[in-house]
Amino acid sequence: MSKHLIDFIDISKSYDGSLVLDELNLYIRENEFLTLLGPSGCGKTTTLRLLGGFETPDQGRILFDGEDITNLPANERKLNTVFQKYSLFPHMSIAENIAFGLKISKKSKAYINDKIKYALKLVNLDGFENRSVDSLSGGQQQRIAIARAIVNEPKVLLLDEPLGALDLKLRQNMQYELMRLKEELGITFVYVTHDQEEALTMSDTIVVMNQGYIQQIGTPEMIYNEPENAFVADFIGHSNIIDGVMLDDRLVEILGVKMPCVDEGFGKNKPVDVVIRPEDVELVDPADGYMEGDVTSLIFKGVHYELDVMANGYEWLVHTTKHVPVGTHVGIRVTPFNIQIMHKPESSDEKAVEIDE
Amino acid sequence: MVKKCASRLYMFLIFLFLYLPIIVLIILSFNNSKTRVVWGGFTLDWYKSCFQDEKIMSAFLTTIQITFLSAILSTLIGTLAAIGISAMKKRQQTIYLGATNIPLLNADIVTGISMMLLFVKFMDLGFVTVLVAHITFSIPYVILNVLPKLKACNRSTYEAALDLGASPLYAFYKVTWPEIRPGVFSGFMMAITMSLDDFSITYFTKGPGVNTLSTMLYTELKKGIKPELYALSTILFFAVLFILLLGNVLPQKKAQRALSKQQKDL
Amino acid sequence: MSKFKQQFLAGPYLIWIVGFIILPMLMIVYYAFTNADGGFTFEYITATFASETNRKAMILSLQLGLICTGICLVLSYPLAMILNNMQIKNQSFIVFIFMLPMWMNFMLRILAWKLLLSKNGVFNSILTSLGFERINIINTPAAVVLGMVYDFLPFMLLPIYNSMTRIRKDWIEAAKDLGAGSITIFFKIIVPLTVSGIISGIVMVFVPSLTSFAISQVLGGGQVLLIGNVIEQDFMQGMQWNAGSGLSFVLMIFVIASMALVNLFDKDGEGTAIW
Repeated sequence: MSKHLIDFIDISKSYDGSLVLDELNLYIRENEFLTLLGPSGCGKTTTLRLLGGFETPDQGRILFDGEDITNLPANERKLNTVFQKYSLFPHMSIAENIAFGLKISKKSKAYINDKIKYALKLVNLDGFENRSVDSLSGGQQQRIAIARAIVNEPKVLLLDEPLGALDLKLRQNMQYELMRLKEELGITFVYVTHDQEEALTMSDTIVVMNQGYIQQIGTPEMIYNEPENAFVADFIGHSNIIDGVMLDDRLVEILGVKMPCVDEGFGKNKPVDVVIRPEDVELVDPADGYMEGDVTSLIFKGVHYELDVMANGYEWLVHTTKHVPVGTHVGIRVTPFNIQIMHKPESSDEKAVEIDE
Repeated sequence: MVKKCASRLYMFLIFLFLYLPIIVLIILSFNNSKTRVVWGGFTLDWYKSCFQDEKIMSAFLTTIQITFLSAILSTLIGTLAAIGISAMKKRQQTIYLGATNIPLLNADIVTGISMMLLFVKFMDLGFVTVLVAHITFSIPYVILNVLPKLKACNRSTYEAALDLGASPLYAFYKVTWPEIRPGVFSGFMMAITMSLDDFSITYFTKGPGVNTLSTMLYTELKKGIKPELYALSTILFFAVLFILLLGNVLPQKKAQRALSKQQKDL
Repeated sequence: MSKFKQQFLAGPYLIWIVGFIILPMLMIVYYAFTNADGGFTFEYITATFASETNRKAMILSLQLGLICTGICLVLSYPLAMILNNMQIKNQSFIVFIFMLPMWMNFMLRILAWKLLLSKNGVFNSILTSLGFERINIINTPAAVVLGMVYDFLPFMLLPIYNSMTRIRKDWIEAAKDLGAGSITIFFKIIVPLTVSGIISGIVMVFVPSLTSFAISQVLGGGQVLLIGNVIEQDFMQGMQWNAGSGLSFVLMIFVIASMALVNLFDKDGEGTAIW
């Protein structure tokens, strides 16, 4: 893979005595679309602000292209930010907003005008030069904010929940736009969001964070299919996370029922977290299942039905395409391959997981 | 760090500029000295003679009367006006608010003279003319305090109350009033302070024999300074401080109480 | 109550506006354009600049008003920035402290300065006891300016501070992010975004300082004659109502001009809304 462009080395940061980041280590490669994903308060925005130069770490270093930029002020860093609230200057026209950075770096008038035209075209807002900020919709303002950032040809574009304030439809459109932009510009994107779908759709690499710690780093597929702990599994999708005991290699007991699985090497009689995705729960004839239960709720979700099934004292979340009326007595089965076994949190890093939702 | 120190120093210097005169006044009000600016020991004599001075006391009484009467009447007229204006169309609103701005931005001396010219045509200048003048320049402050609250409060809740069978008056009392009450209160406070502070308009609209503290001070100051005035200043300073704290702290305390009550209910 | 009926609640106020705001203004206009016999004349308007006394007073008023406004602006702007940048919880209390003198009776504030500045006043007593020369600042235009600045400083500070609190932190961060240093941020972001506050501050200070007569009377000792003093004398001593109205009318024009200026910059009524 390509080389490291940014390195966070042992970064710690606290506000008013509460630790937000604890000895964070992270690298970002050139031309990568990296997403920092996590619930609010997990430290993702702080990480981005440290990179942007709006905060300084209490300890640790940040390297950019091998150079230490820890104490470099924001205005001297070769990266640009797209802010959550767009942050367009209200007293300037669209063109003046876009030209702001270029004027500071003393570019020629012709160059600036060309750049404005190019950037507006890139974000599909040709001809908006003389409009005022107030006259734009949220989605349009966000595009202008992106245009304002990219005309400076930064090596890295930082995006702080840029789609958070937009409605669902617009958000999905903007996701494709951002991916297209990334493709055309060929620069590194560092993206912060709490929306796992957004992260899974756009990213090359996802960094899942919680309570100031990195929980897992990986490709969207890795994060989704092989979550390293219960927090990641829970955060990435609604899952059934059940206390279990690993009796032996390839055999786990949950809710008083032994089930075959594919995991090995946990030892004998070891307490574990068992994760089973709702779409992996199979509803079968009561006689054929590992356990029996009753459907307690049924909601039509468009592509599938979402069911709650009460079985052995646990309320299973089930996604299925079949219509199973409330009150039906069913059996539950899971293919061994779809049962994921995870270590119970032990280290302080992972304990943080429990406190969260 | 240097920047921080410099800004602290700057703040301190301005603070000194603003408060030094007041502090000097307060200190001198307790000063028992004939030369007045040299410390001659602590005394409360000036406070005693201040309360015995007929001129000061009658001006004080007039001031209180004018202030409270004008504040109450201007709050009444202003609040009604704000409710009326909020129901108007945009263009009518602009006209009303424009007229409201006139006494706010016009020079006091012009406002005072204009009213004097009108008053002398119909009546003798005196207590009533001063009162009318004070109401006139106080109403805008009430309107500007109440109107934003009315805009913030949702008309649909008022209409919902009507829909549920409430009479307009009852709906207003139960739905609208609680929302605009803080605005009415701060408008009233503003009217009080503006009336207490006014000099120019009172000066031109008052008749002989009627004096508020401001106009009495002006006549006295042209002659020289009596130490009783220091005592009067000190009393007034703390009175205003008290009113302001009451105005600022009371609503906050209430809001806090309401908040904690709400949390308990949850 | 229907919206239509609700409008009638503004009725008493409408009567008040017509009776005690519009009508009095018309009285000034009437007197300004008539002579003692009731005949139409421009004499009293032109007298503003034609008469030696008036012209001098007008020029001095404009001078002192501008100086006072300038000083207030220069003092307030940094203070507003400092107050706005303070990151402590009781910021509103600190702001309250700086606004408090504004609520002191106008005359008392002048009284305090008379006390400090007079010949045998506090400053001079301290100076002489330290063995320095007395300063004779009382009864000079300088003393009048000092008193005006003291009286009107909060009127400049408040609107500027208010407009500054409306500058969002992320605008500053966005500017930094785009490469702006602190000087660029100040001139390209902070100043343009506080223009409405500056303009209302200027008007709030300039109008009363241009038209003041009490400050110049008390701290100028009758030796600093401003346009306000001329008007006062016309009405209170000379009974020259037409001449006084003429001058008042000219002052009104100045005030209307500055109101128009405010409206030009302050479209949302932000600056004046706080009053």
